[in-house]
Amino acid sequence: MPIAVLLATLIGLTVAGYYMGRSRAVAVGGHGTRHLNSLPSYYGLYVAAWCGIPAVSIVVLWLALEPEIIRALLVATLPDVAGTWSDGTMALMLNDIRNLAGGNIVSRDVDPELRTAAEYYAFLRNTGFAAMAVVALAIAAGGLTYGRRAIHPDLRARNRVEGVLMVFLIISSTVAILVTIGIVLSLLFEAIRFFQRVSPVEFLFGLEWSPQTALRADQVGSSGKFGSIPLLMGTALISFIAMCVAVPVGLLSAIYMAEYAPPRVRSAVKPALEILAGIPTVVYGFFAALTMAPFLRDWGSQIGLSISSESALAAGLVMGIMIIPFISSISDDVITAVPQSMREGSLGLGATKSETIRRVIIPAALPGIVGGVLLAVSRAIGETMIVVMAAGLAANLTVNPLQAVTTVTVQIVTLLVGDQEFDSAKTLAAFALGLVLFFVTLVLNIVALTVVKKYREQYE
Amino acid sequence: MDEAMTGMNEEVGLSFGADDSEPLGQTPGSASGAETPAKFVSRGVDVFYGAKQALFSIDIDIMPNEVTALIGPSGCGKSTFLRCLNRMNDIIDGCRFSGSIVLDGEDIYARAIDVVHLRARVGMVFQKPNPFPKSVYENVAYGPRIHGLASSTADMDEVVRTSLERAGLWEEVKDRLHEPGTGLSGGQQQRLCIARAIAVEPEVILMDEPCSALDPIATARIEELIDELRTNYTIVIVTHNVQQAARVSQRTAFFHLGKLIEFGDTDQIFTNPRAERTRDYITGRFG
Repeated sequence: MPIAVLLATLIGLTVAGYYMGRSRAVAVGGHGTRHLNSLPSYYGLYVAAWCGIPAVSIVVLWLALEPEIIRALLVATLPDVAGTWSDGTMALMLNDIRNLAGGNIVSRDVDPELRTAAEYYAFLRNTGFAAMAVVALAIAAGGLTYGRRAIHPDLRARNRVEGVLMVFLIISSTVAILVTIGIVLSLLFEAIRFFQRVSPVEFLFGLEWSPQTALRADQVGSSGKFGSIPLLMGTALISFIAMCVAVPVGLLSAIYMAEYAPPRVRSAVKPALEILAGIPTVVYGFFAALTMAPFLRDWGSQIGLSISSESALAAGLVMGIMIIPFISSISDDVITAVPQSMREGSLGLGATKSETIRRVIIPAALPGIVGGVLLAVSRAIGETMIVVMAAGLAANLTVNPLQAVTTVTVQIVTLLVGDQEFDSAKTLAAFALGLVLFFVTLVLNIVALTVVKKYREQYE
Repeated sequence: MDEAMTGMNEEVGLSFGADDSEPLGQTPGSASGAETPAKFVSRGVDVFYGAKQALFSIDIDIMPNEVTALIGPSGCGKSTFLRCLNRMNDIIDGCRFSGSIVLDGEDIYARAIDVVHLRARVGMVFQKPNPFPKSVYENVAYGPRIHGLASSTADMDEVVRTSLERAGLWEEVKDRLHEPGTGLSGGQQQRLCIARAIAVEPEVILMDEPCSALDPIATARIEELIDELRTNYTIVIVTHNVQQAARVSQRTAFFHLGKLIEFGDTDQIFTNPRAERTRDYITGRFG
């Protein structure tokens, strides 16, 4: 019986449990459902929970543990020589056994011993699954019977069901947190391996970035430099340019939309601005690389500036355009949320509309606007595609926006694209960079929250 | 004339329905007398919100240095009329005005009128205290700043001080001028809003149910304040509270369903109302 059929059966049983529980509750309740502690559907859910949850847990547990258990049983039956095999050989052998059992191509000649092992493997799997299926179905049936028996007018089915629901909610929120922790840990372990090869001081404060490791001692350019400052500077420079574009344009358009635009204009302009947020970043990327950068270069040469064809300016400008809808949308919401009484109070004193906006509305909306801007900065720092295509790869330590710079994200991409060996500092550097990036955005978010909170205390 | 009034009075009776009779009490022109011209003269004011008519041909004369109370049940149009006096209805989408309101001989709905100047002359205090999210000082200094009424910091300090004193708030906030105005109690906030309106040196102060969000003690303070302010300002107050109208006002206008039912001296309205509906409202039989 394949796993899908088993699960379908369990779900069927659970649904049946729901209806049985409900009708049982109605029957137990006697005249109408007035004497029941809870609504009949809660009794149904109660029985369904008894029937479904333990059985499905058993299936999930088995799926998680099965490979390890079967592997242990299989290894125990292998010939004695297996004890002398290295981990790699053992893994290869087990893989062959699995492939043979599954009817796939095998990497060696099939001898009788291998065939025996494969047959044993198949036998273990089938038996194990059958046993598990029987146990699960038995538990489901048992749960169903127990739950149905337990139904009594005084049973507080509603409270029990609510309790089960709460457990589900807790599990869901824990999953998100656990995944985050997992990501951080995976970054952290690889970064530690990197820092065993390159000192953290050099990485954090070094002014030169040239990530390469020597294959031979006498290789030309064998000495790698892993100073991350040029990358951080590049990231900061491009983000700064982007914010210089996005903050004024986004904020002013938000003010227009929230305060001046007649409803008809607003309903047309707002979605149009939000289309900007829907453009894939890769499209922005080639717009920056193929349209904006050459345009800036040609324009620069006409007025006597030398702008390289991959410049921080081009990437920053386009990134700024990408971020406009973030800022305008958040600011628009925040400005609209400022109470109408503030506007009336100011207008009632004889202030003009623009005085009202400058002196009352914007200060009142500032916490939200600052929060929006800082969120946009995190977004700019983490943005990858535009800078990969338009900012260049040269790790120049410069604040000149006309030159090519590179960013943390660009370097992570170039370090991990293609064939990699995971024991060289070059590859591991990507994880250290990722960790730094994660850390910077985290700090930025915390600062954003603190700033918002502080202003809120001051203004409300 | 009195006989005519009595006759109409009987005719109006208890039927609150469809009568388009003239409002009772002082008819336009007759009230003002020869010696003091009215501050505001409103004639035939109709206001529409979209297709719905909120006010029907309102004629009221508002006398200088008096408190005029506008009373009536919810939705009767009294707030709408108040907001016509400084054109605050302009900022509401779909609000249409016709008729004329004249302030000191000038039609405030004329094309040549600058709304900003009008609102500086006719200040407003709202139902819910709405101090700006700024310090006490900045709240009061806001109006003078935008109108350039103080030339130096010392000047501004003086303006803030006098305004707070007139609003009866100085003693309570003089040590916390630079703390947020939103941190004051509800009654203090409302007096701060009055101080903020006074700081612009208006001629008229409009108050839209200024005590409805306050407790009885704070309400009493505001009522005292209104009485003191009358010597310098013309005050128009909308109130839900009939007793409050009796306490603070010299003239009372009773609105019902968008129409002005009766307008006259407060004493007369409360002791001897001419219209049955007015009597029923002030004695609490409806509204």
